[in-house]
Amino acid sequence: MELVQNFPFFNIVMCLASGVIASILSGKNARRLSIGLVSVVGIMSTCVLGYVLKTGEFYTYMMGHHPAPWGNEIRVGVLEASMALFFCIIMLLCLLGGSKYIAQDIEESKLNLYFVMINLMLSSLLALVYTNDLFNAYVFVEINTIAACGLIMIRNNGKSILSATKYMIMSSLGSGMLLIGISMLYDLTGHLLMSNIKESVATIAANGEYTVPLTVVIGLMCVGLAIKSALFPFHSWLPDAYGNSTASSSAILSSLVSKAYIFLLIKIFYRVIGLHVMIDHKITNTLFAFAIVGMIMGSISAMKQHDVRRLIAYSSVAQIGYIYMGIGLGTTAGMVAAVFHIMSHSASKSMLFIAARGLSEVSGNSKDFKDLKGAGYRNKIAGIAFAVGAFSMVGIPLFAGFTSKVYFAEAAITASPKKMFIAMIALAISTILNAVYFIRATISIYTPRNEHFNDPNFKLAFTFRVALVLFIILNFFLGIGSYPIAQAIEKGLAMFS
Amino acid sequence: MRIRPDYENTAWRKFERFVNGEPSYEIDERDKLETEMEIASTEDRERNEKIEEVLMDAEDIKSERHRKEIAALYHKYQNWPETKGLKIFQRGYRILAVVFCMAIISVLLYTVVYLPEFGNPNNPANSNEVVTTYIEEGMEATGAVNIVTGVILDYRAFDTLGESHVLFIAACCVLILLRIDKGKSGKLSKANQDEQDSDSKYEPKNDKILQKVSFLLVPPIIIYGIYVILNGHLSPGGGFSGGAIIGAGLILYLNAFGFEKTEKFFTYKTFSAVSFGSLIFYACAKSYSFFTGANHLNSHIPLGTPGDIISAGLILPLNIAVGLVVACTMYGFYALFRKGGM
Repeated sequence: MELVQNFPFFNIVMCLASGVIASILSGKNARRLSIGLVSVVGIMSTCVLGYVLKTGEFYTYMMGHHPAPWGNEIRVGVLEASMALFFCIIMLLCLLGGSKYIAQDIEESKLNLYFVMINLMLSSLLALVYTNDLFNAYVFVEINTIAACGLIMIRNNGKSILSATKYMIMSSLGSGMLLIGISMLYDLTGHLLMSNIKESVATIAANGEYTVPLTVVIGLMCVGLAIKSALFPFHSWLPDAYGNSTASSSAILSSLVSKAYIFLLIKIFYRVIGLHVMIDHKITNTLFAFAIVGMIMGSISAMKQHDVRRLIAYSSVAQIGYIYMGIGLGTTAGMVAAVFHIMSHSASKSMLFIAARGLSEVSGNSKDFKDLKGAGYRNKIAGIAFAVGAFSMVGIPLFAGFTSKVYFAEAAITASPKKMFIAMIALAISTILNAVYFIRATISIYTPRNEHFNDPNFKLAFTFRVALVLFIILNFFLGIGSYPIAQAIEKGLAMFS
Repeated sequence: MRIRPDYENTAWRKFERFVNGEPSYEIDERDKLETEMEIASTEDRERNEKIEEVLMDAEDIKSERHRKEIAALYHKYQNWPETKGLKIFQRGYRILAVVFCMAIISVLLYTVVYLPEFGNPNNPANSNEVVTTYIEEGMEATGAVNIVTGVILDYRAFDTLGESHVLFIAACCVLILLRIDKGKSGKLSKANQDEQDSDSKYEPKNDKILQKVSFLLVPPIIIYGIYVILNGHLSPGGGFSGGAIIGAGLILYLNAFGFEKTEKFFTYKTFSAVSFGSLIFYACAKSYSFFTGANHLNSHIPLGTPGDIISAGLILPLNIAVGLVVACTMYGFYALFRKGGM
């Protein structure tokens, strides 16, 4: 076995251990540790991705001396490695961009605990991406949930604690449903390893046994993960959680946490239940219906907002709807589009959150559009990044959002005619609605007003500039050089089944 | 020029008026006339107003009433969401919540009917190769007589590694929420200081019954916890349950004797040192075993004779590490909820 193959396991354990180490460091050193850790994990993931692309096949890695159905196992393919790399990049940029605001928003004595949460969050993200065992996935879902709560409430004002409570209630409900689903599935199949479950489920479904429990299991898992990733009717926790936490937290929550759950759902679709069984149980159609409603309702709610953070948060509801629409199409092309949109949305949304924080910093720390007018002139790089993010969300060519919309449209054409019709109309309406509020927001920050906020002594943090420039480059890269990424995703999905 | 008050009525003034040819009526009379005229004019005005009112009355009353009605209606609907709307919503919400829960409960119960029969040895979860191997070869492969411990700390140790970090991160979250920090000057703010003082006032200090009973009970409880941890691989128990028992013993001790006594051996530093040490040990030990296992190397950890205290390879030290983490976390939760610190 080559050394590179050990890297995913090293990464997970390194993140867990550095979470523990950060708890005894000072805030500043904990920050250095976290940033170093995320960079190292990113570099190692790149090596893993290179290795997997070179060999062209996945490999499983035994966790311990006992082979898979008895012991734990992780599984590394193209999709897993590229997701891990992508998550590391986004997390690094979020931490860099928001580091000044983390120091502002959080008490100094609790700063190291923030990075404990970050490190353990990264470990859970990696484990959710790599795991090949359903119960193992649940354990790391737990870590993820608690870490996310910590990231929201560490700002320690009344609002953030309220939103953390909301998040906690909804998210625990989701975890509970997922756990009930997993235990019922264990009862039906006697396995926790994904590949074994898939075999058993295939025989069960072929023999027509246990139809009722199997349907309920699928429903519970999908609804549980849909709650945790804020699909439309379950999104009530989202605007508060994203709107009231510190900028890095909102960026990480919107771009990584909810996406990891969606990735787990895709994994369950392909590796646990099997796509055909899922389609036979009509769960794809259900998700499709909710996704379409979410795409439109999320945008309509966003249009009513006067608070820039809540506007971006509600736009997330619509974008999550897009991803579920891709899953709901039930075809490989739809899945590729969904996974690509996970990437493009993460890149744009985290940039928007960081840029919005930079804009409100030069507007007296207000999040209201009245005060934000002209902020694009006062903080130029944040204004440009906000505009790029907004254009990407609307779907203007060359930006990341456009490419994923093209993939969605292509996927919709190859799906069944009924779904094609609905998906195309919903895409069109949603794009127009997106344009209405995002273009309005962009025009608003470039309306020259509020000269009294001009502060000649204002200086931008260096890390903030670097992070936003890298975000913009990433966005253009996803928008223009999307073909190899889509190829890799397709290859990875083929390795899944 | 000063003028006498009765200047107008003096003889000289009368003479002067006569000379100047001015009208000769008395000043009082003129005043009287003026006031009479005024009264007449006001009466006139009032009469006119009355007439006008009578004319306008019909229309006025009508429009006034209309205006008031609109205002009342507006008022009613302005407050509607806060008064009646909220009530209707709350009632509807409760009914819907109950209906929704009943629906979920009935769906789950309906599902249970179709699940494999409970306790049937031919169930997939009871008869497949995973379970049989655990039972038949578990002791040989892990060295632990207690198969459950063998499964959680050896076969599926990665899950347990995650699980112990769940405890750790939960403790960190409670720290974020509840720890009261000293300000920049190195002192607590006044409100926090007062709160701490009042808390120590209400501590059940010197409660003789509690102290005597816990004097007798705490040592056996802690020793029992240690026993459960150390025998985790031989009998039911292990790090999680033993740690919880030790934590309960510490909480009882704290309640009886107060923070003064416990702070002698357990402060925030102890907490972080113990949980840091055990979790890092856990991570290192397990990484070693994962790494050697995955690369098919010999791990050089002897399994010993099953049934001995020193046996089962890494399971015993891991049990101790998990036990320490659990005990610290239990005690830490209690102390944080009690006074926001340890």
